[in-house]
Amino acid sequence: MAKAQGLTWTVEDADQMTQAEIYGAVITQMGQKDKRLVALTADLARSTKIGKFEEKIPERFFNFGIAEANMFAVASGMADAGLIPIVSTFAVFSSLRAAEFVRTDICYQKRNVKIIATHSGTSFGQAGTTHHCTEDLAVMRALAGMTVIAPADALETAKAVEAAVAMDGPVYIRIGRGFEPPLHKDLGFEFQIGKAIQLREGTDLTVIATGVPVRHAVEAADLAKQQGHSVRVLDMHTLKPLDEAAVLAAVKDTRRIVTVEDHSVVGGLGTAVAEAIARSGKGCAFRSLGYQDCYSIVGYPDDLQHHYCIDGDGILAAIGEVLKADFEADEDWADED
Amino acid sequence: MLDAAEKKRLVKKARQLRERIVEVTFTCGGAHIGGAFSQHDILVALYYKYLRLDPAQPAWSERDRFVLSKGHGGIGHAVILADKGYYADKLLDEFNKTGSPFGMHLDRLKVPGVDASTGSLGHGIGIAVGMALGARVTGKSYRTYCLIGDGECHEGSVWESAMAAAHFKLANLTCFVDRNGFSLDGPTEKIMALEPLDKKFEAFGWRVLQIDGHDFDAICGAIEEAQRERERPVMVIAKTIKGKGVDFMESKTGWHYGGLDDEMKRKALESIRRTYPD
Ligand SMILES: Cc1ncc(C[n+]2csc(CCOP(=O)(O)OP(=O)(O)O)c2C)c(N)n1
Repeated sequence: MAKAQGLTWTVEDADQMTQAEIYGAVITQMGQKDKRLVALTADLARSTKIGKFEEKIPERFFNFGIAEANMFAVASGMADAGLIPIVSTFAVFSSLRAAEFVRTDICYQKRNVKIIATHSGTSFGQAGTTHHCTEDLAVMRALAGMTVIAPADALETAKAVEAAVAMDGPVYIRIGRGFEPPLHKDLGFEFQIGKAIQLREGTDLTVIATGVPVRHAVEAADLAKQQGHSVRVLDMHTLKPLDEAAVLAAVKDTRRIVTVEDHSVVGGLGTAVAEAIARSGKGCAFRSLGYQDCYSIVGYPDDLQHHYCIDGDGILAAIGEVLKADFEADEDWADED
Repeated sequence: MLDAAEKKRLVKKARQLRERIVEVTFTCGGAHIGGAFSQHDILVALYYKYLRLDPAQPAWSERDRFVLSKGHGGIGHAVILADKGYYADKLLDEFNKTGSPFGMHLDRLKVPGVDASTGSLGHGIGIAVGMALGARVTGKSYRTYCLIGDGECHEGSVWESAMAAAHFKLANLTCFVDRNGFSLDGPTEKIMALEPLDKKFEAFGWRVLQIDGHDFDAICGAIEEAQRERERPVMVIAKTIKGKGVDFMESKTGWHYGGLDDEMKRKALESIRRTYPD
């Protein structure tokens, strides 16, 4: 069975484990080897799955009760002692409730703290807007010194967690509630922070997706192919630092880009990609899919992804529209090529 | 005070609504049922004896305010608001469904009768402080009631609100702590100790009453005592049982949130009827 980087979990495990379960398993195994790792949560040991760490390494596990702000301040202090705090709570509480503690105590002070935020986007659909989190990528991207990662599935989450612990400095990893089906079939993909993974080659249009919707982007590209369109798919798991080279290559090669994220179109992947396109000075037809500056409704995650057009159907429709966008016909437009 | 007939009426109402909570939990797939049962008798006393409300005018400016700061108790609140006539009980069939007005945490813009959209713990009590302060500034006589979870008391913001309420001498504010002894991960004293909770609130300037949160004489007595208070906000620490009324849920960490199948639903209803015979 395939083993990854000396750890004992396997592809088969990861196939059966959700994003949350795999990160729980991975940090527990890492914690057994590396005594610097400490796990922190705020009354969500069971929901986030960081509780697995508690079962095996209770002496380095700390539950702060329902008090997130304090937990992030404490993490900063523990990092000062040379420890590597892994802090886990829901995305909304990590990025919004505790935002200033994360910024001032962790990023500003360059503390080596890893945040694993679960239940991001609308993955906790029925809980309603107070538990959805469609702003965290925007907040975290804005913090200088923060590395921001949104893995697409369990295998990618496992690799992201390992890569985050291996690097020095604060990292924010956002995952879903944990019921997301796998994207990768095996471990034979390279995961490097800041480097997009090309999942489909294409020349007509590029879909750049992050997090759970990456799976839908692949689905949509495969359907588009049946309709005769060649669609590239980039898994942009790292929002910051953004793989600007991959974006520029997409602009150059395909001239049409659709971004997809389980997040607001304000400040997240769509914004980051748009900035890169604008900086390039090249023309590019562009559409960003995500929550269009609204508070998401209640519902099952799959239904919500459909409702907000970040599922296969929604992405396919956007591909069709952006393929039709004929920007070169614009009279004011003088194309450089 | 509570006469025998009235007490009987409240007990009966509480039982019927507990049954309704079981039914809605069954149809919606899962709910924070343990905490809905621990808070329940306090909400029933407030809604069926004390709150000055007009369900035909949910936004009536003179209405008494009620903020369920532990917003995950929303299912318990929702069945009461339906029974009070804010909306048709049938609507609860849509609980948790896509596009429904009802998620696990109630949204004040979608569910009539809800005064604050809560769910993120540690916010509601601050909103309630603002409502009480607002009554003073606008010269209104409404009272503000709030209910917080004991786990919720871990949040620093609860203590900021507590400090402000006492500082501004908000005697028109009454808050309950649903002291069921559990948060999500387990017993509060094991996760993050709260005791001595009464002394903490006292030190923060509140008048503190300690009662059995499932005894209507005690609940009503505390509410009336709070209404007579002129100087300080009143914190009623109500000793409750998480899952109260359903034997297999009582004081079980696993029943913070859960779904019911046919068999569990039947057993839950039986248990409620046994606990509260006619
Ligand atoms: C700020 C915040 N952190 C975490 C949660 C997740 N959560 C929902 S309920 C709960 C436990 C609440 O415990 P308590 O207040 O005692 O409520 P009860 O036991 O009465 O249900 C937690 C941690 C939340 N809703 N809000």
